[in-house]
Amino acid sequence: MSGGTFMGMPAFPQAAKAALADTRLRANLTHATHTIRTKRATAVAELDDWNDLREAGKQIKDHTLAHLDTYLLQLEAAVTTAGGTVHWATDADDANRIITDLVHATGHTEVVKVKSMATQEIGLNHALEQAGITAVETDLAELIVQLDDDLPSHILVPAIHKNRAQIRDIFTHHMHHWGRPAPDNLTDTPADLAEAARLHLREKFLRAKVAISGANFMIAETGTIVVLESEGNGRMCLTLPDTLITLAGIEKILPTWQDLEVFLQTLPRSSTAERMNPYTTTWTGTTPHDGPQNFHLVLLDNGRTNTLADPTGRQALRCIRCSACLNVCPVYERTGGHTYGSPYPGPIGAILTPQLHGTTTPLHASLPYASTLCGACYDVCPVAINIPDILIHLRERITQGGSAQQQGRKVTVKPAKGHAAERAAMRTAQWALTHPTALGTAQRLATTTRRLHPRRLPGPGKAWTTTRDLPTLPPTAFRAWWKTRSLPTSAPAQNGRTTP
Amino acid sequence: MTTSRDQILARIRTALGPPADHQPPYEHAITRTYRTTHATRTPRERTALLADNLTDYRAHVHHTTPDGLPALIARLLADHGSRTLITPTDLPPHWLSAIPPSDVEIRTDDPHLTHHDLDTTDSVVTGCALAIAETGTIVLDTGPGQGHRRITLIPDHHICVIHAPHQIHDSLPQALLHLDPTHPHTLISGPSATSDIELDRVEGVHGPRTLDAVIVTE
Ligand code: SF4
Repeated sequence: MSGGTFMGMPAFPQAAKAALADTRLRANLTHATHTIRTKRATAVAELDDWNDLREAGKQIKDHTLAHLDTYLLQLEAAVTTAGGTVHWATDADDANRIITDLVHATGHTEVVKVKSMATQEIGLNHALEQAGITAVETDLAELIVQLDDDLPSHILVPAIHKNRAQIRDIFTHHMHHWGRPAPDNLTDTPADLAEAARLHLREKFLRAKVAISGANFMIAETGTIVVLESEGNGRMCLTLPDTLITLAGIEKILPTWQDLEVFLQTLPRSSTAERMNPYTTTWTGTTPHDGPQNFHLVLLDNGRTNTLADPTGRQALRCIRCSACLNVCPVYERTGGHTYGSPYPGPIGAILTPQLHGTTTPLHASLPYASTLCGACYDVCPVAINIPDILIHLRERITQGGSAQQQGRKVTVKPAKGHAAERAAMRTAQWALTHPTALGTAQRLATTTRRLHPRRLPGPGKAWTTTRDLPTLPPTAFRAWWKTRSLPTSAPAQNGRTTP
Repeated sequence: MTTSRDQILARIRTALGPPADHQPPYEHAITRTYRTTHATRTPRERTALLADNLTDYRAHVHHTTPDGLPALIARLLADHGSRTLITPTDLPPHWLSAIPPSDVEIRTDDPHLTHHDLDTTDSVVTGCALAIAETGTIVLDTGPGQGHRRITLIPDHHICVIHAPHQIHDSLPQALLHLDPTHPHTLISGPSATSDIELDRVEGVHGPRTLDAVIVTE
């Protein structure tokens, strides 16, 4: 079983159309996101210095990104001194090869995994399977997704699109393919489902020799790695095996141990709406007689340096993957996570995926449009990433092209195909806005002919309007109305021109 | 041949451009206007807040005195129906003095025990490094009275002893100052739980499903 793949996914509008037709999916998502929204707001309201924490978190991340090379070297030295080994991976293939080789070197063919966005991003499970290594997901939601041969649809709760009855069915039908079967007559109460997962995975934890994890934070000054979790599967993987391999994006660094005081307050409240998540593990290299005696840290670029080169877009690298922006997003709530075609769905996915992987595919080029620009994501983001700003910036890049950095080289990006109408519209708008007479004429013309306007645009504009109605034009253009409106006093409204 | 390491570092430097001339040291680079604690509390209030927050996340909180501790530990083991117990090698022996030897087999933390041995152990008793009132968190750092990490992970029942007032800190910023990052840490805020089914919290997955937090006030 390889799990699904996001490869070859259709562009967002097509995928969204299919998702919208799935009423059960929408009901599951609405239920889950509304539950967590209210709770998050309560957890955040407990801290009267939330805005100060948010600002400090933003500044710490910005500072680190601005000195990323220095901090990475400091981290590498600290991890090495503490008994770990540091590897660097330029892209997904590089990382998959390094990790596969490390597992092969142990002589084992089964690894246990702690939920990690980075390993999903590089398609690690698939690469391991090709190399004859079975990767067992141990996070409850990841386990559900893996057993069902499905794809993750949420950063924090990858199986958010499944309700309890569906989860019961997946456990009953698939657990025995992977090991201990689900208990007979399993009910769909969450406690029973959690118990089934506990029983199923226990044997695997106890015999595991190799574990693979991600990292929430890496501390440059000490070489400490930090993983937050709830279930204890993380502790099992980080403590019991002989060998631990951690894959982390190069942006996961914090300069100092004390910096955790900010993020350990903001991350749990933003993600699970808890004062603190049940378990946080920190480790520094290896510790004699305690935990894995072989520790490998794999630092992943995979498009992050491309993102770093864009002064507007780079703030996406501040992301601590809390998923608050998904939970408040009206588009995500209706379409679900699969439509975004990557392990990073929702608003963060819409800004991160096109930056990490470029905007050459129709899917990636459509992502920055998967938003109403309502700004709810920006409001909840614990590191104040201005997601709407980046969306607009990326839209501009897609329609007009521009300079960018790819793999360390400066390149000029061509406008993406299929956005010709928008490009034309933007140019016209720009011209009209700088030529007031023409604008007035165009508006008058448009309003007097408004009955003749179609509800869908023809030609290249069609794609844009298949999901939206064109706004109906008012009977009078604003400028015309302004000119003719009568004022209560005898203000000099003649011809709309006032004398200053 | 350029390595991946060289390539990534070169890409970062190209992306960032030449460094600015005058850069403040890190201590001054960040505006830290957030609070180091969210209230001024007496030791008694701090202890009460810790108890409230631990309870809120389904830990069972018990209050006792140094003299009452052995009997309380014995009772908690009996209530849980524990037949086997593991303890760190340096746990004060009198903590266990009230446990009837015929009822509970006591094992000590030992590298020769297998993970499976620990899986057949019902309970673990440990101390802690410190606790954080505002978040309801107990911190283990493998220091005195705590043993190796796996003994507090595999058994299904953890009795954790916290000494008030000196082990209880107000807040996360204050607690971090007292921890040494070179030690492995486990921060525990309630028993194991998951929010993975419909984003609603349920207790009890892989870590200990029962957490008895014992607050000993001198
Ligand atoms: S963008 Fe902000 S809100 Fe969204 S996951 Fe990242 S940190 Fe959380």
